[in-house]
Order: sequence, then structure tokens, then C-alpha cells
Amino acid sequence: MSERTFHDVWVSGTEEPEWLLEATDEGAQKMQPEEPEERLLEQEGARVVDDYVVEEESPEDELMIINMGPQHPSTHGVLRLQLELEGEIIRRSKPIIGYLHTGMEKTGEQLTFMQGPTNVTRMDYLAPMHNELAFSLAVEQLLEIEIPPRAQAIRILMTELNRVSSHLVFLATAGMDIGALSMMLYGFRERESILAFFEKTTGLRMNHNYIRPGGVAADLPDGWEDDVEGIVEKVNRGVLDYEDLLKQNPIWLERTQGVGVVTAEESLAYGITGPNLRASGVNWDLRKAQPYSGIDQYEFDVPVGQHGDVYDRYRIRVQEILQSLRIVRQVADRMPKGDYRTEDRKVSPPPRARIDQSMEALIHHFKIYTGGVKVPEGEVYVAIESPRGELGAYLVSDGGTHPWRMHMRTPSFCNLQALPVAMADSLVADTVATISSLDPVLGDVDR
Amino acid sequence: MDLWDVGIVLIKVLVIFALLMVTVLLLVWIERKVVADMQNRIGPNRAGPWGILQTLADGLKLFFKEQITPRKVEFGLYIFAPILALVPAFLTFMVVPLGPDFTVTLGGVERTISLQGTDLNIGLLYVLAMSSIGVYAIVLAGWSSGSKYPLLGGVRATAQAISYEAAMGLALVPVVFYNGSLSLKAIVAAQAGSMADLFGWPVLAVIPRWNIIPMFVSFVIFFIAGVAETNRAPFDLVEAEQEIVGGFHTEYSGLRFALFFLAEYINMFNMSALVTTLFLGGWNGPQFAAYLPAWISQGLLPITYFLLKTVAVLFVFMWVRATLPRLRYDQLMTLGWKRLIPAALAWLVLAAVVIGFRQFGMPWS
Repeated sequence: MSERTFHDVWVSGTEEPEWLLEATDEGAQKMQPEEPEERLLEQEGARVVDDYVVEEESPEDELMIINMGPQHPSTHGVLRLQLELEGEIIRRSKPIIGYLHTGMEKTGEQLTFMQGPTNVTRMDYLAPMHNELAFSLAVEQLLEIEIPPRAQAIRILMTELNRVSSHLVFLATAGMDIGALSMMLYGFRERESILAFFEKTTGLRMNHNYIRPGGVAADLPDGWEDDVEGIVEKVNRGVLDYEDLLKQNPIWLERTQGVGVVTAEESLAYGITGPNLRASGVNWDLRKAQPYSGIDQYEFDVPVGQHGDVYDRYRIRVQEILQSLRIVRQVADRMPKGDYRTEDRKVSPPPRARIDQSMEALIHHFKIYTGGVKVPEGEVYVAIESPRGELGAYLVSDGGTHPWRMHMRTPSFCNLQALPVAMADSLVADTVATISSLDPVLGDVDR
Repeated sequence: MDLWDVGIVLIKVLVIFALLMVTVLLLVWIERKVVADMQNRIGPNRAGPWGILQTLADGLKLFFKEQITPRKVEFGLYIFAPILALVPAFLTFMVVPLGPDFTVTLGGVERTISLQGTDLNIGLLYVLAMSSIGVYAIVLAGWSSGSKYPLLGGVRATAQAISYEAAMGLALVPVVFYNGSLSLKAIVAAQAGSMADLFGWPVLAVIPRWNIIPMFVSFVIFFIAGVAETNRAPFDLVEAEQEIVGGFHTEYSGLRFALFFLAEYINMFNMSALVTTLFLGGWNGPQFAAYLPAWISQGLLPITYFLLKTVAVLFVFMWVRATLPRLRYDQLMTLGWKRLIPAALAWLVLAAVVIGFRQFGMPWS
């Protein structure tokens, strides 16, 4: 055996492994060595390990290494940042992820295609509809089935509402991180009406499992037109309130303009997508570039910023809320009649009433819920525009009922890479502004 | 000087102590309710009627909680800092006049009792000194915690203090010129009456002769500096929870934390009381002496006026907190050094010239 390390549990060199005293709870406390261990130095931040090593000490030795997170109130979950501070100026920073890693991609291989949305909906928990849509579109492309127009319209309606609710959370948290505490509550107030509608439609406020391969899980509830109209009005009014509160607030302008700048070239190099990319001046929106689910039938504009700073990212999101509401209104106006899921009984289970009447229906029901849907062999990548950027589902099927490989290209993960660039040589106070402006969802980052 | 005098002083001290403690209990509750209202929330509503006892419950909880002492603290200063925060907060209020003097006969001697802890002839300087000591508490707390976030908070407190105390002091100098005294009692007395007394135009009789009108620039600067001095939003950088997780009091818990909390709210009340005293006429107001018995018009009404004005200023504090985002550390310094101090200096010169002309006549006449 090799030399003993701190983690050794077994006594080396013995035939029968025995427990070391250090490895027990009592022993670990009693037998700690007196001199500070190297590990302790690392834990205290006096020495840095990993590839993030301070090569040369600064002349005055005035650099302070600070661990921001994973338990920090404004790292949006469990993001951890190692910051190298000189006074309050950040000289270098390194985001460390993985604290929310739950192996969802691997889990996806154990679930059937029909169970998949249950899993992926938990990734970007602020935009669950988009996760479901990306996954469902990928499966449908493998299956080569047509989706009825009503299902497509419902999908657009729900995802655009979800975009609004997600951007409202962005406004809320961005406001809170910069210190505008009321903004937090206002954002969540308006979002509540959307979540109430989601609950009415899907039964849940988040993790809906509503958009499924083949269509959606249920038709819209009675009186949905009034609900949607109410939401559109309420959010429109709310957004005007926020504009009053923030748009020309001198402190807000000072805190956000010119802060956390990411240029267009940097954005493209790092693979940033979504509002963060558009804030840098690149006009790229998958809803226009690669329209999905018939979103090209609706009229809407893509707001594009110029400076790529926190303020532009905030403006883009406010504008996107208004544009999404525009789409929602159009969808509500011309919602087609018809089925809300495909009639292909190999994919979508028959209605409950049919099972009592038809043997075929019973067989289909049984096959779908026991074995699952067999998906033809092949691989596919489908990307949609989630509130955070390009959300892609990559699926490989070996012809069975489970994906052979599932990978999600999640926008938060790619956007987060730009964090060290965005906050180089900025102040600690700008860190939180920059993080919240990139709007990462850690569930989306770690999967 | 006899036992009666000693007794009177003791009673004053006790009354002010009790007043501040009760005020803080109510103030925290009011703030939570007001901000909750502004933010579409309900706020505390469980403990007592309308949740009015919430602060008491929170305070008791803090009182009985374990006081965690991290291993790396400088123990002496770490313990001392909360006390250093609290004591000047109490002391500041001792010089603020709550109402006019009244006379009583006690022990066979007629005595004049002022509704004020003590009337210092250097009252204003004393107030500034006390508020500066309060900053030391924050700096020491941040440093002695032996932790990184508190250290950043302590450093921020230093930067904030040197940026704001200067502007604050400079803004008060014209007030002292104008009222001709450093004693808070004299400053309040100088604000009695109406603008008609000042200019001789009877039309102005409806406008009170408060310093806020001639000294508006001072008022604005003092108020901004006062918000910064009390570490309230948008200048709450030293404890910015979103950035440095509580700042100087990150490592404090239990009663020690409660002391900081208490000091912060007393300071907020002090600052409002000072704004009232210096700019809003203190306890002055319509007294209806002809219609009301003397103990109401001379005793109760002035105290009520004083408290009402103070609460109004406190409401502005809360309003600001619910509205504005937090400034950044360098922007705060910019605001202090490049805006407020030059403005205060220019205003000081202007006010001095005008007051000089009024007092000594024009140079050519």
C-alpha cells in the first residue's frame, strides 16, 4: 500500500483491515496533531490549492482570499466564488460549482421517455416549462410525430408565461441584491398570479410535468382566457411600477451602468446566450432564428442592448417581459380548437373513458404505462430559447424505451463561465450585482 | 444642591433610559409594519395586538440565546464593542430637549426643571463627538471578530465615517451661526415664533420660524449625513447583507448582537430627534395657551409635538429604506467628498456672509 494519507481508514500492512482510532468520532477529536495541518491551512484560506494558486505573493502581502458561498445570501443558491481581494477590489475570481449536482442527466437514462419531463423540469426550476418543452421537442423529433396546433399554442402560452415569471424573479432578486428590498416583494407579487394560473392548469406551482412528448398533459382550464387577460394586465401594470422605482433611480443607475461588462466578442467566445448575449448587442434569439412550436406565427420584437452591462441586462429583461406578454395575448386571441395532445395512440395514452370500451385502447394504455414508448434509434439535438438562453436537449436513443444518453445544454452553465471576466477588477458590491444580472439558476448549472 | 436635585437627575436619567428602550421596542415594530405595508406584506401580527410585542419577544429570545464566541476573536475588544456602541447612543439623547422648562416647588424651594437630560453649552459638539464614538464600536467589532466579512465591514465603516462626519459637522456650522448657540436648548428657543418676527411682514405669521426654511441646504446635507451616520439604507454598507453577510456583526450572536441592534435603533431615533431639534423647531408648535390649562399647553403639547415630528422624520427614514437601492462603497465616498462637503462649504460661506450682513449691516452703510 502506498503511504498513509489523512483519509486512510485502514491500517496499512495488516492482513485483516482494522479500524484506525483516528477514523472514529472520539479518536478523531483526541488524536488531532498539535501542529496545524496543511489541510487546515487550506481550509482557512491561508493556502490555496487546486489550480487556483497564488503564484507569487504580492509585495505587501495584502491579498485576501475570501470564500463567497456556497452559504452566502446572494450567490443565488449554492454557487461558490473564490475571490482574491485587494482591499475591496476583486483581482481574480473563480466560480466553483457542483454543490447542487444531483446527477439528473444520469437519472434521465433510467427513466422512460414519457417519464423524462418529470426529471428535466427540476433542472431550471424557475423555468420548468422550458425544460419540459426542450425535452419533449427532442423526443417528438425522434418519434417523428406531428403535434396538434392547439397543443403547440398551449405550449407557447405556457412557456412565454413562464418566461415572464422567470424574468420577474430576475427583477426581484436583482433588486434585492443591489439593496432595493421592495423590488424583491414586488417581483414575487406579480409572479404569484402566474404561478396561480400554472397551479390551476397543471396542478403544481413548479416542476409541472405539463408539457410531455406528444402534447401537453391536460387542456387549459375553464375560464383560462380571463385568467390570462388578468395576468397580462397585472404584470403590465407591475412593470410600469418597477420602471418608476428603478429605471431612472440615480442610485440604481450608478450601481448598474458600466458594471459587469461583457463585450459581444467575449459573450460569443464564452458561449453566452439569451438576454445576457442580447444585452451585449448581439441579435440572436432562437425564437426568431430557429422557431419552434409555431412561435413564428406571432408578432414580437427582440430587444437588444448595447453596452453589455448590468443595466442593459436589466432593461432587456423588462422589455422581454412586455414582448412575452404580447405573444401571450396573441396566443390567447387565436387559440385553435382541437386536441391538446397527439392522437397517435402509440405515444399518447387514450382517454380514460375509451379504456372501458375498446380493447385497443386498453392495450395502448397498458403498453405506455408499463413498458413505455419505444423510440426509434437515432440522436437529436433540439434547442429552444429559455429565459436564460439556449436550452438544448440532446438525446440518443438505441431504439428502446429509455434514452441511451440524455444531455441538457443548459444556459446558466455557459453563462456562468463569463463571471470571472465580468467582474475582473470590480468591487465586492459589484459581484452580487453581476451574479444576479447573469441570472444563473444553480439547478440549471449543476443538473 | 440637595437630595431633591440628585433625585431629579436620577429620575431624568431613568425616564430617558426607559423612554429610549420603549421607543426602540415600538420603533422596530413600526418599521417592520411600515415597510411591510410598502412592500405588500403583513408584517408581524402574532405577538400581542397587531404584533406590537414582536420586538419584545425577539429581544427575549436573543437574551436567552447562546453567545457564540469564535475562536479567533480579540476577546476584550470583541466584548467591549457592543457596549461601546450602546453607551454613546444613550448619552446622545441626554442633551435633546423634549419640552419647555417648568417650575415646581419641591422641599420648600421653587425649582426650574428642564425636560432635558442636561443642558450642555457645547451640546452640538457633544452630539457630534458621541456619534463619532459610535463608529469606533463598529470598526472595533469588525476588526476584533477575526473574520473576513466583518473586517470588510469595519473598513467600510471607517471610510464612511470620515466621508460623512465632515459634511455633517460643516452643515451644522451655519445653524450655529444663525441661532447663535451650540446649546440645543437655545437653538430650540431661537426657533419659537413665526417668520413674521424675523422679517416683520404679518403675512408670514402662518409660517413657523423653523430653521428648515432659512437653513434648507444644511437640513438636506445633515439628513443625508445622518442616514449615513446611522448606517441605514441606502448607506447600510457596513452591514450590507447581500454583499458582506451582515458585515461587522456577522460573528455576534445573542445578547451582544441585541446590543448592536438596540444601538442602531436608538441612533436612528437620536438622529430623528436631532433633525427635529435643529431644523423642525424642536418642541415648538401652536400652544393654544388661551384655551387650554397650562399643564397641557406648556407640558403635554410640546412633548407631543416633539414626538410627532420625530416620528415623521423616522417615517422618512423607513420610506427611504423601502425605496432606494444601496450605494456602492466608492460611490458613497464620492458623494461625501465631491458633493456634500463642497456643498456644505459653499453654503457655509454664503450663510456666514448673509448672517454677517444682517448682524453688522452692509459694509457700505
